[in-house]
Amino acid sequence: MPPVIDEEKCVGCGTCAQICPLDVLKYHKETRTVTVRYPDECWHCRACAIDCPKGAIQLRYPLSHMLLHMDAPTIRREELE
Amino acid sequence: MIEIDKTILDCDVLVVGGGIAGLMAAIAAADQGIKVIVAEKCDTRRSGSGCTGNDHFMCYIPEVHGSVDDFYQTIKMSQAGRIFDKTLVMKFINRSFEVVQDWEKWGIEMRPTGKWEFLGHAFPGRMRIHLKYNGENQKAVLTQEALKRGVKIENKTAITDYLVEGGKIVGAIGLDISKMQPKMKLFRAKSVISTTGNTSRLYPSITGAWMFNTADCPSSAANGRAAAYRAGAALTNLELPTLFAGPKYFVRSGKATWIGLLKDSKGTALSPFINKPNKELGDVTADIWPGVFTDKYKDGTGPVYMDCSEIDKADMDYMMWAFKCEGVTSLVDAMQKQNIDLHKHMVEFAKYEPTMFGAGIEIDENGSTSVSGLYAAGDEVGNFRTGGIPGAAVYGRIAGESAAAYTKNIEFSSNIAQHPLVQKRQEFFNELLERKTGATWKELNTAVQQIMSDYASVTFVRSETLLSAGYKYLCDLEQYAYQTVKCENSHELMRALESFDLLLFGKLLCLAARERKETRGMHRRSDYTFTNPLLDGMLLTVKQGKDGEAELNWRATY
Amino acid sequence: MSVKRRSEIIKSDVLIVGGGIGGMQAAITAADEGATVVVAEKADTRRSGSGATGNDHFMCYIPSYHGEDFDAIIAEVTDTLVGPLQDLDLLRLMMGRSFEVVQKWESYGINMRPYGEDYAFYGHAMPGRRRYHLKYDGQLQKPLLTKEAKKRGVQIVNKTVINQLLTDESGRVIGAIGICTAEDEPEVVIFQAKAVIISTGNASRMYPSTNPAYLFNQADCPATTGSGHAMAYRAGARLVNIDMPYLHAGPKYFARCGKATWIGVLVDYYGRPVGPFVNKPTKELGDATSDIWQGVFQEKMENGSGPVFMNCAENTPEDTEFMMKSFYSEGDTSIVDYLQQYHIDLNQSMIEFGTYDYALCGRGLDIQLSGQTSLEGLYAAGDVLGNVRGDITSAAVFGMISAENAAAYAKTVDFAEVETHPLIQESMDLYNSLLDRKIGAHWKEANSMLQQIMKDYVGMKVRSKTLLKSGLKYLGDLKRYCKEQLKAENAHELMRCLEVLDLLDVAEAIAITSENRKESRGAYHHRSDYTYTNPLLDNKFQTIEQKNGEIILNFRDKVR
Repeated sequence: MPPVIDEEKCVGCGTCAQICPLDVLKYHKETRTVTVRYPDECWHCRACAIDCPKGAIQLRYPLSHMLLHMDAPTIRREELE
Repeated sequence: MIEIDKTILDCDVLVVGGGIAGLMAAIAAADQGIKVIVAEKCDTRRSGSGCTGNDHFMCYIPEVHGSVDDFYQTIKMSQAGRIFDKTLVMKFINRSFEVVQDWEKWGIEMRPTGKWEFLGHAFPGRMRIHLKYNGENQKAVLTQEALKRGVKIENKTAITDYLVEGGKIVGAIGLDISKMQPKMKLFRAKSVISTTGNTSRLYPSITGAWMFNTADCPSSAANGRAAAYRAGAALTNLELPTLFAGPKYFVRSGKATWIGLLKDSKGTALSPFINKPNKELGDVTADIWPGVFTDKYKDGTGPVYMDCSEIDKADMDYMMWAFKCEGVTSLVDAMQKQNIDLHKHMVEFAKYEPTMFGAGIEIDENGSTSVSGLYAAGDEVGNFRTGGIPGAAVYGRIAGESAAAYTKNIEFSSNIAQHPLVQKRQEFFNELLERKTGATWKELNTAVQQIMSDYASVTFVRSETLLSAGYKYLCDLEQYAYQTVKCENSHELMRALESFDLLLFGKLLCLAARERKETRGMHRRSDYTFTNPLLDGMLLTVKQGKDGEAELNWRATY
Repeated sequence: MSVKRRSEIIKSDVLIVGGGIGGMQAAITAADEGATVVVAEKADTRRSGSGATGNDHFMCYIPSYHGEDFDAIIAEVTDTLVGPLQDLDLLRLMMGRSFEVVQKWESYGINMRPYGEDYAFYGHAMPGRRRYHLKYDGQLQKPLLTKEAKKRGVQIVNKTVINQLLTDESGRVIGAIGICTAEDEPEVVIFQAKAVIISTGNASRMYPSTNPAYLFNQADCPATTGSGHAMAYRAGARLVNIDMPYLHAGPKYFARCGKATWIGVLVDYYGRPVGPFVNKPTKELGDATSDIWQGVFQEKMENGSGPVFMNCAENTPEDTEFMMKSFYSEGDTSIVDYLQQYHIDLNQSMIEFGTYDYALCGRGLDIQLSGQTSLEGLYAAGDVLGNVRGDITSAAVFGMISAENAAAYAKTVDFAEVETHPLIQESMDLYNSLLDRKIGAHWKEANSMLQQIMKDYVGMKVRSKTLLKSGLKYLGDLKRYCKEQLKAENAHELMRCLEVLDLLDVAEAIAITSENRKESRGAYHHRSDYTYTNPLLDNKFQTIEQKNGEIILNFRDKVR
């Protein structure tokens, strides 16, 4: 579930649901709350997190989106020699 | 805290996984008058790769086949490039008919036409070794036979770990998944028989987004191999993949039952063996030329189709009936729904993802692993492979007999509830269940598949650097997964643990593939493009060393 | 559930389809020209499209910086990132007017000179050659463009996706059919306009992502799904160059991050540079290896000498700081966030790079110098264009140009009747059939199946007549099954279903044109049945259009 909303900090303004390019979030007017409705459709652009006035949104990156990394070659060159 | 069921289930033999091998093991052990429990994730009446049927059973009948050596040579020819122990194969051959006769006695149609009929998967002019039978009810019948003998079947129970004390098996940890809220169940056993099937979901399916689109049961997910490895047993042949083939995007359907000719897009038959299909032979081209689909794709003369339009009506009816016996009624159903008429339409065939059929636990000819009291049978065995169901049935029986004999002189462990692994696993399961935000098991499973496909697959060549990178990424993934995977209920916990087991298996596979510095079969190394004659008949095994690191060893086959 | 139809028709001189960079610049310009303007946007223009959260490089020619040798810059552009698929008159027009847009953007408050008084040009460059990527800070580009548009009285209709163009008997574009997705229950909205500008971006989700289970793991915005390509093609507009694949690259499994901003050297497992251009990383150049040798990542996987990594560990601390700031400007805050969350230090770790799925960026609508497509009343800008490519620059510059001409054209024509257009009922019947269905296929099934077929039969490894014809047949089957089986539970799912149907239309056009190109050309159109490059097709672009239900293919001359 990529966007993670901190319910303590959220004031229910609905900005995140409105500006999400992928319609991932759903704003419930009656309760002034937001739910993550289509987590699989997240692009990880972080617009919701950037525009949240309360800093209530964090992104969680799926395990399938691993940034594959290795020790830099300055270290690895020894292995070559 | 996840609850541990207070009642510890005692038995002489615990069978893990109630597929064909598991039920055969349970029946054989119960016949020795001992207490047997089968723990099964689903329900033994319809679980595992043989759940809805099978239609061919490799079987040696002296009156039909004559020389046992010729029979062995025929098996060997159809498994080109694979390495296995001959002693195990010979024992299988010699006991296969006995199992077939018992199955018939119990009510499985082994002679649906009234005689022993050997058809399909065969070369012209050569011995046919596959007995055509009707396995639609095989799981129900075997379940019935087990119950009749007093075997206790614990359905909806996924075994996660084998417990070892002083180098001996003493029991197992299970998960009760019958309710949303999972519960741990402890088994105290003198012996464990591991029969959990294949390693589906290790590589991405041909439809990458749909991971349950696999030939073998997608619930067979390396659990027995992983538990056995952690318990100290050796695994073997991990670096040598097998590839199934069948209707391109519909993997459940398989290819064994099809009667027809493989043709290229111009309608030219590809087979050097036959030019008219019939039920005796079928088209073995893809068995011998596993690269046929990819090769024809690359040179632009593909796709490759299965053309059944030239077979006569009797053979067509026979094939449709055999699909039912094989349990692939979904194929028949899907063809009807899409108005596909095999008299008129060809169906595109393709190769599926690598599977670990014949790559797994190392056993001796009694079905025993390298750990005292731990036995294995079926698709999860690594140094022996004979056509899925028959191998499972015969070695299930052998393992059941051997395990029963072993338990005669063994005492129960005094207190498995205090086994350190129980608490360790309880804490781990808790972390997964109590995490509020985190990764789903599917993310983990998908990530494993991606890495396996990109760094240890048959899509690309393999090399020192690719396999090393893949191993490193799997280690990273494991660390992230331990920190982030979360499960909402018992079902998700089962799937997450399957994914962790697949991850462990993937790591071992990378190490083994890196160690086999040659090209052999589908194991293609860009840095060692030749087949090393010194490695002919050499099995590579991996087991956990004293320090917890994987230890690789070479041995000659028996 | 069924669709409602809004009784009010939304009228404007100029209707803009898609409120990304191209659409918003078009809206501002058309309003400046005195036209009444409506922007229909499927999300919210403040954060939608491929430029949603920023950009950090803008192709630009500034005479005072580059000198008067305009041709040298044009050569540089075609030699490197953008490649040869350009009508040179359009490319000249775009680069010639690029500085004008940069100055406009500065006046809107977008930070085009984040590094001091002077314009700074960095990255995507070869050693010893001209640099043409203006480094800027685009974090706020979308909110600022939205503000400017609103200031000028532009009506922005958010959460409204356009699905069809309406044409009159002569083929002139006179309006569009949209669907409002703001509530669960979808509402059909009819638009009436004297001119329409299409700026719907790329066609993401056509080919499988590097992790096929995650359809939205894309470099370009995954909501840009070839809808502009598809609706214009259905209305009779001409598409060009869609048979010539293009591939983005970047961090292997995390496509959102891209590669443009990275400063470092592409190296192999042992740290040896894989390209000939740089041994030491600099912010001036970056490593252009994968711009020139697009197949580098895949080829090195296939021959076992991979993987290939981006190594930033030898950057100067200043360059690394510069890069981290640029990630923010580019809108790639997720990469910075990820590195922090996972404690990955680019001074110590190198990141594996890979090639992503085939994108249609700069493959699409065939336009004239006025921004007009082959249809009267229909203009286009941005990634949806087929005969010029310039990413943000092409969006902004052609947004401006097409708006100037669309506004002028709108003055010469009257509104045409749209209320009873037969396509409206036909479309509503389709929407209702999807919404009514109780049991059926989820749009994801269809999208994945489409991707598989495209990868396997209209892919980049090898193409042949038999593979492409098979692919086309399977696409046809899939389209039929989709119409019979797709099911939508609400407005959101209806939008996704229609995206898949749009992708299918474009997919068929790609398969048809690829089959018709009976030669091999470039890195990704490999024909096993025509392994050579046909010199007669040098400097020719292939076009496809539909007239009276017939498909017309043509190889036309490239404008040189």
